[in-house]
Parts: sequence; structure tokens; C-alpha cells
Amino acid sequence: MKAFINGLLRLRRGPWEMVASLFIAVGVVMLMQPFMLVAYSYSFIVTLVGTVMFIIVSHFPE
Amino acid sequence: MPTSPLDKVAHATPRPVARRIRGLTDRAIAWIFVAPTIFLLLAVNIFPLIWTIRLSFTNYRVNRPNRDVEWIGLRNYERILTDPDIWATMQATAHFLIWTIVLQVLIGFALAYLINKKFKGNDLWTTIIVFPMMLSPAVVGNFWTFLYQPQIGLFNYAVAFFTGVEPASFSMIGDVHLAPWAIVIADTWMWTPFVMLICLAGLRSIPDTIYEAAECDRASKWRQFWTITVPMVLPFLMLAVLFRGIENFKMFDLVVQLTGGGPGNTTTLTSIDLKREAFEKWRTGLSSAYAVILFVTVFGLASIYVKALNKVKER
Repeated sequence: MKAFINGLLRLRRGPWEMVASLFIAVGVVMLMQPFMLVAYSYSFIVTLVGTVMFIIVSHFPE
Repeated sequence: MPTSPLDKVAHATPRPVARRIRGLTDRAIAWIFVAPTIFLLLAVNIFPLIWTIRLSFTNYRVNRPNRDVEWIGLRNYERILTDPDIWATMQATAHFLIWTIVLQVLIGFALAYLINKKFKGNDLWTTIIVFPMMLSPAVVGNFWTFLYQPQIGLFNYAVAFFTGVEPASFSMIGDVHLAPWAIVIADTWMWTPFVMLICLAGLRSIPDTIYEAAECDRASKWRQFWTITVPMVLPFLMLAVLFRGIENFKMFDLVVQLTGGGPGNTTTLTSIDLKREAFEKWRTGLSSAYAVILFVTVFGLASIYVKALNKVKER
């Protein structure tokens, strides 16, 4: 956990990609879940943030 | 006289061309070769994408080209993301996507595992199993429509044979609860061979020596399966899931032919709904926003999937 937070603070690729992937996964689940319309409404912005973040952080050093 | 192939090419180059190229650096020549591809890529992929994003912020309708186009900001996105009908199509797509991938991976892997064993008629069985994949989706949709007919359909009679239910008592494509499963079954029938072929490639790439070493260490068949076969086929399986996932997210032809999105909207997948918005209701701006949402979703999913695939390959 400490290594993960250190990686985030030092702008390392691995942990930041993990965060971006989490955003995308949560966004897709929100988009396709059948329970809450509110979650569906905010799904796109969550996925978009995750995808843009993924593109940016994949240029960070290893 | 030129002797080497390089000399021959140099001599064959017309003088004016040679004169023009002589002054260029290697980098410039590389750019000359790459430029047509880049131009084509920009024209065919990037420009339509940027144009779609631009249209998604307007109320443009392609059937009224002379009407003034208004910039309406995020209203199209707001409309799509608060519409319960579009939300229902997302759920129908999720049902289709999850079940087709689960079934195709399980059956495809099992078939590949069986076909990989050496037995008589192995090649013939491979050809027979691969046959559905070679058919057009329109053809598959058409003949599954006949198979699902309550009165004459073989599928209903097969179900009746195993369960004792009256064949004419249910309609796979007319029932709101059964129709989503009807499209899952037809797609699984058609595309399981694809997953099987990819898994087969994975299985055949495992050297026999690894199994022999495991035999020497007295590893059971079960242990060999979980510690050798599955980890070594995993990158291939993930690739198959990626291909099928992206392909099924845009599934259109098979479902249109089979159910037309019905009964009601139970099998209306996102691509069918998108086509209706764009070319039946002619809401070009709204359908562009819809397309952007789907694009971002698929792009995001593919990104994390490729990352996972690379991690598995590194192991």
C-alpha cells in the first residue's frame, strides 16, 4: 500500500494506470447496471475521466 | 555494369527522380513513404471521429441540410444519459455481452482441449466445428429464425425432447424473457469456433517437454491442467475475449435479422438503437453523442484489457 501511494506521489506509471483502470471499470459498470438511473447518468463522465487519465499516465515513467 | 540488386535499382531509377531524391535526408525519404498512410489514416479514421465529436454538440439533422445548425452544448449527452429507454438498451447489451463471452470462452476452450487430443478424424471434426464461423451473419440469423419457429422449429422440438414441454407452447423470439437468450444462443453457435481456434493455437504452442517434466515430478493431470495449460493459454484466451467483446459490443446484423430488436425493445442493442436514432429518426447530433459515448466506453475497456494482456504475457 505504501509503495502504491509512493508511486502515486512520484507520478509513476503503474499505480496511476491502476487508478485510471479503476475509473474506467467503475464507469462501465455504472453504464450497464440495471439498478440506479443516477449512476447511469454519471457513468460517461467517470469513464471519460478514466480514459483520458489512462492516455496521459501511460506516458509517465515506469 | 551494375551487379548487385541495389545497383540495378539505382540504375533503373529515372534521372529526374534520382536528381530530386539525391538531396534528401533519410528522415525525409522515410516521411515520403509514410505520408500516404498517415494521410489515409487521418482522412478515414481521425477526421470522421473529430467531425462526430463536433456534431454531438449540435442539433444537426442530416435530412434537413438547409436548416441552421445550432450549438446546443451538452444537451445531447444529457438527453442520452437520462433516457430510461437508452439505459434499457445498455442493459440488453450488457446481458448479451456477458453471456456470449462466458459461453463462448467455456465451450470454445473445452472444444479446443478435446480437439487438441490426437484421435482419428481430428481434422474432419475441426472443419465441421469451424463451419458456422464461415457463414454470413445474415444467413445465420435467417436460419435460426426457422430453427426457433414454434410450430416447425427444430430447436423447439429438441427442447421438447429433453424437457417434455410442448414445442408450440413457447416462442424463443416472440417471448420477452426468451428473446435475449435466443440471440445469445445464435451468437454462441456462430462464434464459439473462433474462440476455439485461438485456444487451439495456444494449446499447440505449449511444448510437450513441460508436460513430460511435470509427469516426472508426478504432477496429477488436474494439477498439470491448472499450473501448465491454463496459465499458458491465458494470453490467447484474453485475446479472444478482447476480440469477441469489442465485436459483440457493436453487434448489429445477426440480431437485426433474428429479432429486429424485438419483442418490444428487449433485444435492442446499442448499435441497433444508434442506427434507429441516426437513420430512422434522423437525429444526427444526438446519435453522434451516442456514438461518442460508445466509443469512449469501448476505448477505455480495450485500454485496460491490453494492459492486462501485456502483464500476463510478461509473466
